[in-house]
Amino acid sequence: MEAKTKDLWVYVETKEDGSAKSVGLELLGPGRDLADKQGGKLVAVVIGSGVEQAVSDASAHGADQVIVVDAPEFKEYTTDAYTAAMYYLIDKYGPTTLLIGATPDGRDMGPRLSCRLKTGLTADCTGLDIDPESGNVAWTRPAFGGNLMATILCPDHRPQIGTVRPGVFKKSAPGNAKAEVVREEFHVAPEQIRTELLEVIREAAGELVDLEGADIIVSGGRGVGGPEGFAPVKALADVLGATVGASRAAVDSGWISHAYQVGQTGKTVAPKLYIACGISGAIQHLAGMSGSDCIVAINKDPDAPIFDVADYGIVGNLFEVLPALTEEIKKLKA
Amino acid sequence: MNILVCVKQVPDTTEIKINPETNTLMREGVPSIVNTFDAFALEAAARIKDKNPDSKIVVVSMGPEQAKAALKECLAIAADKAYLVSDRVFGGSDTLATSYILSNAIRKIEELEGKFDAIFCGKQAIDGDTAQVGPEIAEHLDYPQVTYALEAELDGDRLKVLKEGQDGNMVIGVKLPCLVTFTKPSFDPRYPTIKRKMAANRAEIPTLTSADFPDIDTTRIGLKGSPTHVKRSFVPEKKKGGIKIQEETNEESAAKLATLLSDAHVI
Repeated sequence: MEAKTKDLWVYVETKEDGSAKSVGLELLGPGRDLADKQGGKLVAVVIGSGVEQAVSDASAHGADQVIVVDAPEFKEYTTDAYTAAMYYLIDKYGPTTLLIGATPDGRDMGPRLSCRLKTGLTADCTGLDIDPESGNVAWTRPAFGGNLMATILCPDHRPQIGTVRPGVFKKSAPGNAKAEVVREEFHVAPEQIRTELLEVIREAAGELVDLEGADIIVSGGRGVGGPEGFAPVKALADVLGATVGASRAAVDSGWISHAYQVGQTGKTVAPKLYIACGISGAIQHLAGMSGSDCIVAINKDPDAPIFDVADYGIVGNLFEVLPALTEEIKKLKA
Repeated sequence: MNILVCVKQVPDTTEIKINPETNTLMREGVPSIVNTFDAFALEAAARIKDKNPDSKIVVVSMGPEQAKAALKECLAIAADKAYLVSDRVFGGSDTLATSYILSNAIRKIEELEGKFDAIFCGKQAIDGDTAQVGPEIAEHLDYPQVTYALEAELDGDRLKVLKEGQDGNMVIGVKLPCLVTFTKPSFDPRYPTIKRKMAANRAEIPTLTSADFPDIDTTRIGLKGSPTHVKRSFVPEKKKGGIKIQEETNEESAAKLATLLSDAHVI
């Protein structure tokens, strides 16, 4: 497809309550930078049902224009309806670049959409820039479990599309909303949606694990020794308002459910603070958390590889360190 | 039920080391494995076959001749038939070109094995981590898709899929034929039996080449037919200068850490 404009689009995914998910607003920051360099507008695209809040959110976080499709058939995310809507909009307006948050739904729609557009998609980017020689977006992403970084270009196809991990860019403070809002009438017939949501299984109260959205994570690994070893981990998490995580070793030992797992076969996280307790730091764990802003490691083995990526490390017994740390933080917060 | 499972042979990324002299990946001696998530997809297919014994499981892989080892492993675990898709002209394909080749291969295999009711893939490969090839195959074939599946069961003319979600799990009904990508379930995949292993070693694995798909658009395959190009790759810089705290007692260490975190405005 030919680009009709130099505009950069950010797909702003919505929450159940109709407000914007953080990652879409985060992407408006680097989106502004790229749009200015490309010489086009910064456009936010919002799809859903009852999503006025997300439209204001996108506007307040710097979009020049918000294109919105608001209709009942978009209440729940479905691959078929959302891909059809995005394809329609891209075909109509022809942006040169599209950024999508690498959430589960973003990673579901991204490849479906790029394939329909017969264009390139770069997944899970952690760096965005403009290639000075060609003017294309230079997408940088990790591969081989974070052991290798690759910078990827999509020179001859438009739009160039990338998904970007949540938490890589920081959301700016909201400012004055000044975006032009464009409302598009677009509908998808029920028979075009080939999947049906039959049931939502909510985790029992208090069991909902939102690792991807967490600001602070306290994780336990093999060193906690058993299910009861997570008690001091949870106690520290409670005083910090943090989410509990776990390494594969702890999950595979049956001490805690897979929903808590951080790493290659679990969640990829990027909190402000990640505290690894009794986690040695196997490559597959590092792949899921090395993007954290600040990493603290507590381990009795001074040679544990987790210390190589840690900003602060305590060599010691976690069953003594954690209760002491919990008390110290209580004092600081008091 | 006729199920196709797409698998990739990948280097075991947990075994990869960095050469400290050249700062490059050391791939020599790194064992090759069936991509972890593809093994979950195969297990999901095997569980459907457990309940519906007249089902057939076919596996396909695109890659070099060595990838037959991965296919044999799948045969030893649960697959009934395996195909390799291999040709020099396919080399250098990105995800879009790969999915295009595989969708052509699937149509060819269907001529030999009958139409597939479902195509199962891993959520992503552990070497590339893109999670793109599955949904792109679904798009080429115009099939509905469900990603991040934990389990799937046959329910009349549809599949009931347990899908991992951010706000709890979901049960999704999806019409056949469909494509489903799998993530890590709560159970371990089965192991091969000795008997199946011996049969797998003797199995003939046909190779499909570009000659088998005469209608394929050659401008859409290989390095030249790929919309994305790697401009450069590099080993990320290791974080340096971390502070190691080792006071007299663990309590003192904890107190020092709390102060440092507070001073750095992390907490």
